Amino acid sequence: MDFTYDDEQDALRDAVRGLIGKAYSDYENRRRTVGDDPGFDEKVWAQMAEMGLLGLPFGEDDGGVGAGPVEIAIVCQELGRVIAPEPYLATVVLAGGLVSAVATAEQRAEVLGAVAAGESVLAFAHTEAGGPRWSPGAHATKAAADGDSWTLTGTKDAVIAGARADRLVVSAVLPDGGTGLFLVEGDASGLERTSYAVFDGGRAARVVLDGTPATPLGQVGLDVTSSIATVLDITRVMAANEALGGMETQLRATTEYLKSRKQFGVTLNTFQALTFRAADMYTSLELTHSLVDWATMVVAAAQESGDTSAVADAAAQVGLQVSRAGRHVGQEAIQLHGGIGMTAEYRVGMVTAHLTVLDHLYGDGAHHQRTLSERLTDHGAIDPLTVGA
Amino acid sequence: MELALSEEMEAFRQEMRTFFTTEVSEDIRTTVLEGRELTKDQIVEAMRTLNEAGLAVPHWPVEWGGKDWTELQRHLWNEEMQAAGVPTPLAFNASMIGPVIAQFGTEEQKKEFLPKTANIDIWWSQGFSEPDAGSDLASLRTTAVRDGDHFVVNGQKTWTTLGQYGDWIFTLVRTDPDVKKQAGISMLLIDMESEGLEVRPIELIDGGHEVNEVWFSDVRVPAENLVGELNGGWTIAKFLLGNERVGVAPVGATKRVLANAKQRAADLLADDPLLRARVVDLENELLALELTALRVVAHSSDGAPHPASSVLKLKGTELQQAVSELVVDLGGPAAVSSGAGLDDDDTVAAWFARAPRTYLNLRKASIYGGSNEVQRQIISRTILGL
Repeated sequence: MDFTYDDEQDALRDAVRGLIGKAYSDYENRRRTVGDDPGFDEKVWAQMAEMGLLGLPFGEDDGGVGAGPVEIAIVCQELGRVIAPEPYLATVVLAGGLVSAVATAEQRAEVLGAVAAGESVLAFAHTEAGGPRWSPGAHATKAAADGDSWTLTGTKDAVIAGARADRLVVSAVLPDGGTGLFLVEGDASGLERTSYAVFDGGRAARVVLDGTPATPLGQVGLDVTSSIATVLDITRVMAANEALGGMETQLRATTEYLKSRKQFGVTLNTFQALTFRAADMYTSLELTHSLVDWATMVVAAAQESGDTSAVADAAAQVGLQVSRAGRHVGQEAIQLHGGIGMTAEYRVGMVTAHLTVLDHLYGDGAHHQRTLSERLTDHGAIDPLTVGA
Repeated sequence: MELALSEEMEAFRQEMRTFFTTEVSEDIRTTVLEGRELTKDQIVEAMRTLNEAGLAVPHWPVEWGGKDWTELQRHLWNEEMQAAGVPTPLAFNASMIGPVIAQFGTEEQKKEFLPKTANIDIWWSQGFSEPDAGSDLASLRTTAVRDGDHFVVNGQKTWTTLGQYGDWIFTLVRTDPDVKKQAGISMLLIDMESEGLEVRPIELIDGGHEVNEVWFSDVRVPAENLVGELNGGWTIAKFLLGNERVGVAPVGATKRVLANAKQRAADLLADDPLLRARVVDLENELLALELTALRVVAHSSDGAPHPASSVLKLKGTELQQAVSELVVDLGGPAAVSSGAGLDDDDTVAAWFARAPRTYLNLRKASIYGGSNEVQRQIISRTILGL
């Protein structure tokens, strides 16, 4: 049991902060960047590739670095701190994670190598309107085979970086049932992508597939629902790290504001009604920090042992905590700032917008609460020290 | 970053678990596990069992029975003890006056008091709060006036927990009324058999007799019972309250109560998704709290606690209260039914019948040890710099 980072991890954090922090410490840069398509900075993306960040989780044989979840978590925290708009979570952690989990060695080397090199943006087209919420399985998008050729038909939505993506990883119902994953090239026929700006400034797309040619990832016809579920759970843990970075920024900005903003001739920290609320934000944040670190370690232990059974619970637990704390800290950060917190030219309110996006992309607090509720009688008391052991 | 305990720590944890679940009287542990009230004899017996094995005061200096453990070992000791239903060593002895005497006392005081304190041959009471000095402790008015080899003490202390069992009481008294209020306070150790000292019970909302008033009328206290410097009592009080705050997040005990509640209300929970959702919330918050305690342990060095330690008391007592509230709600009408006597054996009905008293009693948790509003003040001032 150790909650401390080693020297290499500290160095990684410094390097990422140097790059990402420099790019977006001036919030105006973030505003300008998300004002134009593709909604992130291609130069920053290329620098992230140069630094090795885009291949961090992938195996060395696949063109990656082979780093662990703790390293990925550090990157996500730093991105969250400045709400950097680069689609790291969507491309590297989620879509890349799926390719890592199910694709053949040849596919991995080709697809992930290009991601790691910054040559290819990858997106996961999965969510469907009207389908079950936050489900690992595909719903209405169907895969059809004609000999060795596969086509997909259906409509996906809320595909982060879906229009900019050079390739899409698409989930679809297999002819014999179950869910398969497919690779669709960005220039494939019958593929229509409509980009839109999400309320946090990021980009997502509606993706319509109509007899679109696709390549099965990994073993043809295999139901990979459980692999998708695990990668989604890992993504939830990394999203929690990103949210943690954002909340830390909000608390810091809020305390600075309370110390400097004057009303009635005195600074706002003179008013206990405000400082106590800041103390409660701190409490929420520290509790969240602990659970986020722990969930990250659960993922790391699972990857070492190959036993991912503890990851689902940890993802739900951290998801519930981050959802609750994110709303608490995000709402209070705006309230304690007053009017300035409402403005688009100030970072704090936009962090709340981003926390709201993360909360609803991968499952909100109530969703995780329901998941945990179904498993409530599996155990007496939870022992965090023996999870995954 | 490493999830698992080291082999050494895992073995240590097992050793603690085995000791607590096999060496401490089953009768005592059952009393705790069922949420019944411990007798004085049970509290004394449990602490002596621990002390005999060198496990009552591990955080004291080694020469006085301490273990020189890491913070993690102390955490595991504490959690395993709570999980097993072992009464934690009497806080007034083990966490409060023991460390104070070890730090500030004379050699004579250490020799005289520390072994008896560790073995609960002396049951200590705490004489800090007064009717007009609660959170504003430094406003205390009980006076001690030097008269030859003695101090003469007059005044009133209150909220003295289990004072009815007390042999000695450690007090903060005003020894100089003419200086800034913090600068005129001293700590005196007073034999509760002294003439002029009277303990009067206070009945609480749970119907129990847990706290007392302690009155002093010309009580003569030998001058050698002064701890530390004359008028140096405020420094000692801050030292003591700092220790108190660290030890006060009762994670293990709260987890145990929640697990019991799940088991005893299993049918109800199976039928009621809203109650189940409340349990999930509490379980998750307890998980976050326990992990925060572990994170604090991992980051504390040289006795300087990680700043997050201040959330432990605040959140720990809130969750302790919330779980007690849940148990009353799980009991529902059983909370007010006549069905079972409070001291009955471990029937589910008796467990739920005791629940409202526990719920009422635990309202104290967010008031003592520095009220939770004082904790918020500490967080906003000391940590956030507001």
